[in-house]
Amino acid sequence: MTADNSKKGASRRAFLRGAVAAGGAVAGGAMARAADGPEPLITEVQDWASGFGDPVDAAPYGMPIEYESDVVRRNVEWLTADTTSSINFTPIHALDGTITPQGCAFERHHSGAIELKKEDYRLMINGLVDQPLVFSYADLERFPRENHVYFCECAANTGMEWAGAQLNGAQFTHGMIHNMEYSGVTLRTLLEEAGLEAAGDLSDKWIYVEGADASSNGRSIPMEKALDDCLVAFKANGEALRKEHGYPVRLVVPGWEGNMWVKWLRRVEVKDGPTESREETSKYTDTLADGTSRKWTWEMDAKSVVTSPSPQSPITHGPGPLVITGLAWSGRGAITRVDVSTDGGVSWTQARLAKEGDTKALSRFYLDIEWDGSEMLLQSRAHDDTGYVQPTKAQLREVRGENSIYHNNCIQTWWVKENGEAENVEVS
Amino acid sequence: MSKSLNLYAVAIVGVGVTLVGAANFADRFVTPLPAEAPKMTDAPNSVYGMLIAAANAKPGPSEGPMGIGRKALPEEIAAWDLEISPNASELPAGSGSVADGEMLFSNACAVCHGEFAEGVDNWPKLSGGDGTLADEDPLKTVGSYWPYLSTAWDYVHRSMPYGGAQTLSVDDTYAITAYILYSNYLVEDDFVLSNENFLEVEMPNADGFIVDDREETEAHFWDVEPCMENCKDSVEITMRAAVLDVTPEEADAEEEAAAAKVELAAAEPATAEPAVEAAVQTAALNADLVADGEKVFRKCQACHMVGDGAKNRVGPHLNDVMGRAIGGLDDFKYSKVLAEMGEAGTTWTEAEMIAFLADPKGYAKGTKMSFAGLRKEDDQAAIVEYLKSYSQ
Repeated sequence: MTADNSKKGASRRAFLRGAVAAGGAVAGGAMARAADGPEPLITEVQDWASGFGDPVDAAPYGMPIEYESDVVRRNVEWLTADTTSSINFTPIHALDGTITPQGCAFERHHSGAIELKKEDYRLMINGLVDQPLVFSYADLERFPRENHVYFCECAANTGMEWAGAQLNGAQFTHGMIHNMEYSGVTLRTLLEEAGLEAAGDLSDKWIYVEGADASSNGRSIPMEKALDDCLVAFKANGEALRKEHGYPVRLVVPGWEGNMWVKWLRRVEVKDGPTESREETSKYTDTLADGTSRKWTWEMDAKSVVTSPSPQSPITHGPGPLVITGLAWSGRGAITRVDVSTDGGVSWTQARLAKEGDTKALSRFYLDIEWDGSEMLLQSRAHDDTGYVQPTKAQLREVRGENSIYHNNCIQTWWVKENGEAENVEVS
Repeated sequence: MSKSLNLYAVAIVGVGVTLVGAANFADRFVTPLPAEAPKMTDAPNSVYGMLIAAANAKPGPSEGPMGIGRKALPEEIAAWDLEISPNASELPAGSGSVADGEMLFSNACAVCHGEFAEGVDNWPKLSGGDGTLADEDPLKTVGSYWPYLSTAWDYVHRSMPYGGAQTLSVDDTYAITAYILYSNYLVEDDFVLSNENFLEVEMPNADGFIVDDREETEAHFWDVEPCMENCKDSVEITMRAAVLDVTPEEADAEEEAAAAKVELAAAEPATAEPAVEAAVQTAALNADLVADGEKVFRKCQACHMVGDGAKNRVGPHLNDVMGRAIGGLDDFKYSKVLAEMGEAGTTWTEAEMIAFLADPKGYAKGTKMSFAGLRKEDDQAAIVEYLKSYSQ
């Protein structure tokens, strides 16, 4: 593995050098040509300005143009034993705005992405309810519907970085996240249809939710959350969920770790205690330095990352105006502010939010600077409306040690070099 | 910033207990017990539910505020409501011994988890790790980490073996769970686990968990006005990802694609004869069926590789499998039953393969392949055609 990787590393560096060199050449070349004389791209009639493009029946469902073929989900092979129980990463370094297209939104399966037809779909509500019920997909479409934008972040996002800078790219360090507009029915509506009189005092009740796939992924959720903002969603970004995100129906648990967003949702049981399933005991628990572990760490704390420039998105235009951009989010509320540092945290400047933060959804930030071409240590720091300020990795380690795996929301550092390349580093 | 968690940590008393009592009553006197996994909460515990159960009727419409959906039948609830909680109240009656578990584990689990649950390659280790949780690299296993035995039983019962979930009987699940306990030195080799003694098993890390305390122990992350200027004297880079160098290579795909194009281009001038040969070969295969088979093969690829560079993984590689002697790869350790079939001269003909795929354990009792089988004849035919495309 080591030998293999060092070969890959060499190749990666060569690739980046190539990208930077090519970028420089293009920019330089374009300017040179402009100085030399008129550009043929403008003065000569190009093929696309003369002949036909594609007819309207060329792509009944369109894919991104071939020039964007590198904007794809990527897998880190050594992370897991097998790709049917694994995760891939959203190419956040190459996206802008806040909505993640479904086709490149990260996937996490525990037993592969199953194909479940709407006709074969059933949702059961049972346990401490007045009447256990079964809904078909068509039934769900008859309940009053809501639309909300929420981020879904795997608890393990940035988990490989606890012990040190490890993966070289925002896609790999922070790409276990996506942000979509969901349409669906509130879980409260469905629970009230089944009736909660039988459950008595709801303050100490739980629900257990499980999916239809072979992994039987199941999680326990306190009733308070179930009745607050959980959504039984069947559309994302206006269209049906993709199979890899739980088609035809998934649970949306806003602000809480992605593992609870059960896909192919088939059952909701009202219970008088937590189930303590495999996914909430042996996994998704956070081991502290002394060996004890936190459980029920559901909220995803405020976090941010500069998506560009970053290792997969180097600066290719040389000194001058530079757009620094990134994403910020909080599972406890809305992003109110993001600070950016270009010197590794010595000084900070408040970035511009593209728009006011929405609760439990991604925010996009920008900082427009005049880059002098010198090295930068780029960082970002998120604030949310509960008053939480994103901590440094040192601050997190001080409380939790290095073995938590999950819930690493530390400040990330990119070392941007004079040639525009960037690298994932840790700083003092 | 106030935390809802504390509310839920409160002991479960009062109404909950009363309801469970009522459910238990209903379970015994109103509905027939489901064959497997009767659970208190399965039982109808409301007026509506009792009426349905009493009449054993067709499912009626929802009587909720919207009147959408239908009532669930007791058999349906029993089929899906299988999960087991720490108090084990939902555990079905049954038992299994360490000795039986060892055999079952060897057949159904050891390919990934190792003969003594020590784990193969990157697959989960189920034993060991005792006393390592505070180490730099803790080993979290059923023995060293899992707080509740119910979790292990439940996960084995509903989610394992990988690729063949929900195929283990209740007694087999007890036996495998008993063996996992044994592999962690938590029980003796003559131990028999049952619903009777289930809660007597002590899990070493049962007290190793605390409820999320971030709002107390990390309160200093809140309500601070962070430094904006001259926040530290100097900044040094203390670690670089490039030094570790474990990032997947993006350029690889492009390089491979480019290399493939070069190869193609080089091959093109020599079209005449090879192309004819290829045409003859592919004519014998049904291309649509091969394509279908490729899709169905996703069910197999967790364990089997096929095609260029295919290697033995959990299961043997499947290049040239059609026409080969059963159990015919020297470098793969087959189950006894498949090895013997091969020694007796049986080869993977189309008929043999279909019989195997339709019912692996029926065809070869004792096979290590945990796959439940392909029920659809179309799928069986498609896989065979797909495998033929990788055989001579």
